[in-house]
Amino acid sequence: MILPIDLIVLLLVIISAFAAITVKDLLSASLMLGAYSFLLCLLWTVMGAVDVAFTEATVGAGVSTVFCVAAIFHTTRRTKD
Amino acid sequence: MKILGTITILLCGGLLIFFTSDFPDFGDPKSPASIHLSPYFIEHTLEDTAVPNIVTSVLADYRSYDTMFETTVILTAGLACFLLLRIPTKEVTRRYYLHEPTGVTLRFDGDRYPKGSNVFKRIDSNWVPYDIIINFTCRLLIHFIQIFALYVVAHGHYSPGGGFQGGVVIGASIILFAISSNLRASIKRLGEKAAAIFTATGVFIYAGTGALCMVIGEHFLNYSFLAPLLGTDRIMARSHGIFIVEIGVAVAVMAVMIWIYYNLSSAGKQDEGL
Amino acid sequence: MDIVSLIAAKANYWTYVILLMVGLYAMVAKNNLVKKIVGMVIFQTAVILFYVSIGYKKGGTLPIIMHGHDHGHGVDSFIKAADYINPLPHVLMLTAIVVGVATLGVALALAIKVYQEYGTLEEDEIRKQIELKG
Repeated sequence: MILPIDLIVLLLVIISAFAAITVKDLLSASLMLGAYSFLLCLLWTVMGAVDVAFTEATVGAGVSTVFCVAAIFHTTRRTKD
Repeated sequence: MKILGTITILLCGGLLIFFTSDFPDFGDPKSPASIHLSPYFIEHTLEDTAVPNIVTSVLADYRSYDTMFETTVILTAGLACFLLLRIPTKEVTRRYYLHEPTGVTLRFDGDRYPKGSNVFKRIDSNWVPYDIIINFTCRLLIHFIQIFALYVVAHGHYSPGGGFQGGVVIGASIILFAISSNLRASIKRLGEKAAAIFTATGVFIYAGTGALCMVIGEHFLNYSFLAPLLGTDRIMARSHGIFIVEIGVAVAVMAVMIWIYYNLSSAGKQDEGL
Repeated sequence: MDIVSLIAAKANYWTYVILLMVGLYAMVAKNNLVKKIVGMVIFQTAVILFYVSIGYKKGGTLPIIMHGHDHGHGVDSFIKAADYINPLPHVLMLTAIVVGVATLGVALALAIKVYQEYGTLEEDEIRKQIELKG
């Protein structure tokens, strides 16, 4: 594992987590959650957990984003915070 | 509420960060998590199960009780989504039809739709014309995604992958079909009943393999007792047993993903959807 | 201990604590139900980050036995545990991720149900409607 790559990815993960909970639109929030999952997938690969990375890429970034978008399609995009 | 929550969370986080100084260093090979149980798994996986991927062998052999009940948990989750959302829509409500020769959209209330005609095409109430590029690309990709998923399931012994990942990839390919065409076309190919039966079948394959081991030999989920049935020695029988169980996991996970997607994307009506 | 080795030793743990705080804050203080669910997912992945971090070994390779294909099931005397990353946390977290998406589906189903009942996802508006009814 290379330390600078690890640190950069950790920083990006924190930034995208903050973005996912602060953005004032639920569709953007769910897409930020997908980006967050992809960054985590990169982090697992850096740390050598390839099976976890594979699962995160398929489940976290793929299916859970689709679930969020499907739920928002039937509710609303509006949010106050 | 906001201020109180922030103070509590900052206190908790401060405490946790303070106590990270007691943790073993990151990447320390002598950390307590790595010296008790896992060396046994790493050193004995080849002689016990003939599976080079340690994650697969631990997942489906050494800790297979855990995985069996995880499969049960996702079955329960699919069932919970179904029971929460599903509404049987017997009465025909307002529906939209596209008159294909002219491209005019008509609305029929109730069951006034002319039954015998075949010039009308059912469309969703929020229908937009499908993009030909997206439609064509998805139709091309889906086969390759499914073949790759089967490879992931079958090759989980030697490379990253296994039942969970392969099952999710197959489920995602069918979800991709539902998104790129429409929900009704997808339900016509793999319906809700089929999804429910597949979910139960997956869990049944897993638990049934364990029960079969118990009938033949003596221990639940000890695959080496399957050796006379499979015609191999006891070590390869464990490898094949892992494969059977992974197929069960893949079927269950695939069906649950599709089932939850059907219920979420149509809000339980399974009539019109994303 | 100088600063670089301190960061190298603890950066992952600090990140896990920060993600835990972000997720918990969203679950406690946010007003929107979907935002709370997003916080739950972040909380979950923070715990996964902690588990994967304690399994990492410096100098270790992926938890797949090298040349395992050639040996078949012969006994290998030269497999050393220190050469491979600890696979046990990976196994636990792999199943946790899949169960996580299943619970996410149930949570979103509940959110859809609440929206159908009250016409909103904001917590204070839902509470106001409940008070008006009761």
